[in-house]
Amino acid sequence: MTPDLPLIFTILMGAAILAYVVLDGYDLGVGMLMPAADAREQNIMVASIGPFWDANETWLVLGVGLLLAAFPAAHGVVLTALYLPVTAMLIGLMLRGVAFEFRIKAQGWHRELWNWLFWFGSFLASLAQGFMLGSYITGFETGFAYLLFALMVSGSVCGGYVLLGGGWLVLRTTGALQQKALGWTRWGLLWVALGVALVSLATPLASETVRGKWFDFPRTAALMLLPLASAAVWIWIWRLTGRLQRGESAPEWGPFAGAVTIYVLAFAGLAYSLFPYLVMDRITIWEAAAHPSALKVVLAGALIVLPFIIAYTVFSYRVFRGKAPDKFYD
Amino acid sequence: MEPGDPLLIARAQFGLNIAFHILFPTITIGLAWILVYFRVQYARTGEAAWLATYLLWTKVFALTFAMGVVTGIVMSFQFGTNWPGYMNSVGNVAGPLLAFEVLTAFFLEATFLGVMLFGMKRVPGWMHLASTVLVAFGTTVSAFWILALNSWMQTPAGLGLADGQLIAADWWQVIFNPSFPYRLTHMLLASGLTAAFVVAGLSAWRLLQACADAAALRTLRTGILLAAVLAPAQAFVGDLHGLNTLEHQPAKIAAMEAVWKTEKGAPLILFAIPNASEQRNDFAIQIPRGASLILKHDPDAEIKGIDAFAPDAPPVAPVFFAFRIMVGTGMLMIALSWFGAWRMRKSATLPRWLLWTFAGFTFSGWIATLAGWLVTEIGRQPWLVTGVLRTADAVGPVSEAQLGASLTGYILTYSLMLVAYIVVLTHLAGKGSASADGSKPAAIPESTLA
Repeated sequence: MTPDLPLIFTILMGAAILAYVVLDGYDLGVGMLMPAADAREQNIMVASIGPFWDANETWLVLGVGLLLAAFPAAHGVVLTALYLPVTAMLIGLMLRGVAFEFRIKAQGWHRELWNWLFWFGSFLASLAQGFMLGSYITGFETGFAYLLFALMVSGSVCGGYVLLGGGWLVLRTTGALQQKALGWTRWGLLWVALGVALVSLATPLASETVRGKWFDFPRTAALMLLPLASAAVWIWIWRLTGRLQRGESAPEWGPFAGAVTIYVLAFAGLAYSLFPYLVMDRITIWEAAAHPSALKVVLAGALIVLPFIIAYTVFSYRVFRGKAPDKFYD
Repeated sequence: MEPGDPLLIARAQFGLNIAFHILFPTITIGLAWILVYFRVQYARTGEAAWLATYLLWTKVFALTFAMGVVTGIVMSFQFGTNWPGYMNSVGNVAGPLLAFEVLTAFFLEATFLGVMLFGMKRVPGWMHLASTVLVAFGTTVSAFWILALNSWMQTPAGLGLADGQLIAADWWQVIFNPSFPYRLTHMLLASGLTAAFVVAGLSAWRLLQACADAAALRTLRTGILLAAVLAPAQAFVGDLHGLNTLEHQPAKIAAMEAVWKTEKGAPLILFAIPNASEQRNDFAIQIPRGASLILKHDPDAEIKGIDAFAPDAPPVAPVFFAFRIMVGTGMLMIALSWFGAWRMRKSATLPRWLLWTFAGFTFSGWIATLAGWLVTEIGRQPWLVTGVLRTADAVGPVSEAQLGASLTGYILTYSLMLVAYIVVLTHLAGKGSASADGSKPAAIPESTLA
C-alpha cells in the first residue's frame, strides 16, 4: 500500500499551523497586553518573548510554505480569497516585528510611538488571523451574516491570544506583574468562553457541512468529549489562577499549559469540521495535492530536518528558561 | 499594457515588496560573516575592544535581520496572493525549493539568532560562537535555495511531464541549472560588498561624530579592505555571469546592450536613449564593434538583436539603464575602496572629506543590487519562467481596488520602516562614541540605551 501523501501533508501542515498559533499566539497576546502595563513592566514583557518571537513566526512561514509546496492548487485560491485580511495581518506582523528592535533603540516620543505600534501591530495581526479563520471556515462566503461571523471569530482569537499571553507571563514573571498577568489570564478565559460558545453555536448555522458532521447520532455523543474536556480544562485554569492570586501554592506553568490544551482541543474540533476539505465544500486535500514526486522530496527533506528543528527549539527554550530579565538585552 | 491594468499593479506591488525585502538580506548575509570574524577575534584575543565591536555590530545586524524577516513573511504569501498561476503550473518545482528554504534555513537562523543576541551570559563561549556561525550559515543556505529557484525561473532545467503536470524530472538539474552557480556567486559577493560598505560607511560616520575612536577606525579598515577585495572580484564574476546570460538568455543581453537589430560587429553603446517605437537608439555614444568584442571576444561576431526575439523580448530602456547604473555603481565602489585602502596604508586615519564620501556610500550596495535585480527580472519578461510560463498567465483574479488598497498600505508601512531604520542606524553608529575607546565595553550594551 502506498502511503497517502496528501493526508500526511495535511497532518504536517496542521501541526505547523497549530505550533504557530500556540507559539506566536503567546507573543501576540503579550503584545496586545502592553497598554495594560507600566513602562518597567513593558520592558520585562518584551524581554520575555525577545529570544523566541522570530522562530515563532517561522512556523507561519512553514505552514504557508507547506500549503504552497503540497497543495499548490489550494494555495492560490485561499490566499486570493483572503487577500485583504492577509495584507492586514502582514502589515501588523511587520510593524510589531521591527518594533522589538526600534522601541529599545529609540528615545523619547519615538519610543512611545514604537510601543504603540507594537501593540497596534499585534492587535491588527491577531484580528486579521481571526477574520481569516472565520472566513475560511465558511468557505469564503460573502454577505453580512458571514462578515459578522468572521468578526466574531476574530474577537475570539484575540481573546485566545490574550489567554496564552497571560499564561506565558504568569510563568515568566514574578511579583506585581505576575499578579496582573493572573488577572489578564482570567479575563482572557472569560473572553474565550464567550467566543468559543458563540462560534460553536454559529458554525453549524454558517455551514451545512459542519452541521452534518456534528449532529449525527450516535457519533455526536463521542464528539461531545471535545467540548467537555475543554470545559474541564477551563475550570481547572480558573481555579488555579484563583489559588495563585491568593498566594496559595499552585503550579505556575498551569495556566499556560491549560491554555495550550484548550487550543489543541479546539484545533481538533476544527480539523474534524473541515476534513477532508482544504477549501470548504470545494477542494479536498487530494484534489489540491501536488504531484507525488514533489510531495516525496519535500517529505524526505522534512523528515530529516524537522527532528533538528525540534531539537534546537527545545535547546533554545532550555537556555532561556526561568523568569524574564527586566532588560531587553541582559 | 495600460495604466490601471491589474497585471501592472500586481507586478508593481510584487516588485515593491520583493525589492524592499531584498535590501535587508543583502546586508545580513554578508554582515553575518563579518560578525563571525569579530566574534572569532574576540575569542582569540580576549580583548574588550573586539567584544564591544561585536556587540555594536550585532545590534545593527539584529535590526536589519528583523526587517528582513518581517518583509520575508510577506513574500511567502505574495506568491499565492499575486501569482496563483505560478504555483498552479510550476508548483511541483517551486514549492519544494521554497519549503527547503524554510526547513533548512529560516528556523536555524531565527533560533540561533535568539541565542546569539540574548544568550551570551547563558551559554558557554564556544556555544555562543557556534551560534554566531550557525546564523551566518543559515543566511547563506537561505540564499542558496532562493537563488536556486530564481535561477531556475531564468534558465529552467530538469523539467518533466507526468500525469499532465509539470514536475521535476531531475532535482539535481533543477537546482544546479545553468545560471545558478553564476547567480549565486554574484549575489553572495553583492551581499559581502554591500555589508562591507555598510561597515565602512557607518564606521566613517562614527569617526566624523567623535574624532578618536580606535574601534571605529578598526572596523573602517575592515570594511574598506573587504570591499577592495570583493569589488574587483565582483566585476570578474559579473562578466562571467553576463557571458552565461548571453548563452542562455540572449534576449536579455540584447536589452542590456540596446541592440535592436541582429548585426555583425555590434557597437558597444555607452550611453543612449532607447527608442522603443522606432526600434533604435537616440543620442547614442558608442564604441564601434565593442559589444561583439566584449561579449564574444571577436570584433566581427554576430550579436542577436531584439528583432530576433520579438514579440517575446523584454522592454529595452529599463534593462539598459539599470544595467548601466549597476556597472557604474560597481566601478565607483572599486575606485573608492582601492583609494581608501591606499590612503590607509599611508596614514592611520582618513581625511574628513574621504570619511564623508564613505559615509555617503553606506548604502551604495543597495543601489547596485536593486539595479542588477531590475536587469535580471525585467530582462526575463515577458516570461515568469523562461519558455514555460508567461507573467500574464500567472496573475490572479484579485480586483484592482484590493490591489490598490494593499499597495497603498505597503507603501506607507515601508516608508515608515525605512525612515526609522536609517535614523536608528545612524543614531547607533554615532552613539556612545565618546566612551567607545575600547576600554569600556560595558558602555556599549543595551543597558545604557534602555
